[in-house]
Amino acid sequence: MTKHRFRDEELLADVIAGLIGNVRHVAVGNASPIPATAALLARERGRGRPYVSLLQSRKHNFFTDGARELFDCAGQGRVDVFFLSGGQIDGYGNVNLVSTGNYQNPTVRFPGSFGSAYLYYVVPKVILFRTEHSRRTLVPKVDFISAPGSSKANVYRPGGPIALVTNRCLFSFSNERFTLASVHPGHTIEEIVENTGFNFERPATVPETPPPTPETLKLMREVVAPQLAEVYPQFAAQVFGVTQAAFAH
Amino acid sequence: MFQQAKSIDDAIASIGDGCMLVVPREVSGVPMAATRALIRRGVKRLHLVALPTSSMQADLLIGAGCVETLETSAVSLGEFGPAPRFTAATRSGTIKLKDATCPALHAALQASEKGVPFMPLRGLVGSDLLKYRDDWKVIDSPFGDNDPIVLLPAIRPDVALIHAQMADRFGNVWIGRQRELATMAHAAQKTVATVEKIHDGNLLDDPMLAAGTLPGFYVEAVAVAERGAWPLGLPDFYAADAGHLAEYARMAATETGFAEYLNKYVYEKRAA
Repeated sequence: MTKHRFRDEELLADVIAGLIGNVRHVAVGNASPIPATAALLARERGRGRPYVSLLQSRKHNFFTDGARELFDCAGQGRVDVFFLSGGQIDGYGNVNLVSTGNYQNPTVRFPGSFGSAYLYYVVPKVILFRTEHSRRTLVPKVDFISAPGSSKANVYRPGGPIALVTNRCLFSFSNERFTLASVHPGHTIEEIVENTGFNFERPATVPETPPPTPETLKLMREVVAPQLAEVYPQFAAQVFGVTQAAFAH
Repeated sequence: MFQQAKSIDDAIASIGDGCMLVVPREVSGVPMAATRALIRRGVKRLHLVALPTSSMQADLLIGAGCVETLETSAVSLGEFGPAPRFTAATRSGTIKLKDATCPALHAALQASEKGVPFMPLRGLVGSDLLKYRDDWKVIDSPFGDNDPIVLLPAIRPDVALIHAQMADRFGNVWIGRQRELATMAHAAQKTVATVEKIHDGNLLDDPMLAAGTLPGFYVEAVAVAERGAWPLGLPDFYAADAGHLAEYARMAATETGFAEYLNKYVYEKRAA
């Protein structure tokens, strides 16, 4: 057991920061506070690299040609990492951001597909995240495919999923299947099997997810959190106790 | 000579029933004062296009019964949760929904900017979005070999409705980095803008301001609306009113609560 204390959000952000790797440009979309924390953490560790674009930010967003510039960049291969979540995610990496039940007469309606039906195809490393790991969210087959996990050979598809991070574990993704890669501290394989609606590969030994180091926690809390407050004030306040600075004007 | 509108109500006069109206995403200068004015006037059957998403603006218009068709990639209150009136209308089928993905809306408006009938876009093949969009076509790329690609018909809105920091007396509107407001204006037949203030002089005379300026050539009407994006923020100038957004999310959760919200904040004409 580790001696220092950390929150789930801090562990997940650290795991995601590790998955980002050595790349040039990480973009973060709407409603993604944990990936935003991870991207800013990666940038701090890399002393200014990778470039980070938070879609809803003023400060952490270099685009000057409107919201379309992100998508144009991605279409050219100038975005290396992006993040997607879903109301449902299935074992094939299909993501549902639209609805459950019948599309015309849904049981639950989610906000909508956002940029998923495009970015999932063109961004090389898409990291899936879902903080509720349950049979409700991780399902055998999604009710609506906002964006598919894989495509036929003739479909232009330089991008796709590389991993799924949940509140319980990390899955890697390859050959159209998830593999349990590590189990977060305090969770068990049995519990993960119990709460996952899809089948996944299970190696003979699965390591525990390493907890964030004190250095990482310090960086996240003292340097990253204040930057985050501009776009995710509620999250920054709840997780890090940081409040938003007033605007300059 | 360009005539500044006397009031927000005058400026929005050209947004009639059945209008195809394009509005910007939640962080790009959302004309909320003008939206409340539209609801007070009782506009009906809007075909609302959100470029490419919306938050409280679409939710308010839907809840107030102003929307017949909604074209968007998502509607959500972000950190304040799902958009309750959007969710309710989707489940009860009271609006016609054209579910999209962000770059598809940008591209379809760009087609109109160029005056071409459609725009191709990568992605989408294999997404269920295509199943419910019979206006989107998949073709084999004429420049490829067995390369399916989606074609999106141009979106040509009747009116683009925007809010920005300032305009001058020539109808030029300074939009800064919010270039999607220019895309909207180029694609739409007319643009209506509300602004925080009037700039003395001509925005196009100052090279530092000119590049961030939407020329009055595209602009039908300008009205002053101080804090016109409230309770949403205006990037670089003021932040969203978190307390009010939380109150909205709470009240709009039920039909009764939403009606109270309209009475309190929309029909009662408040200074805010």
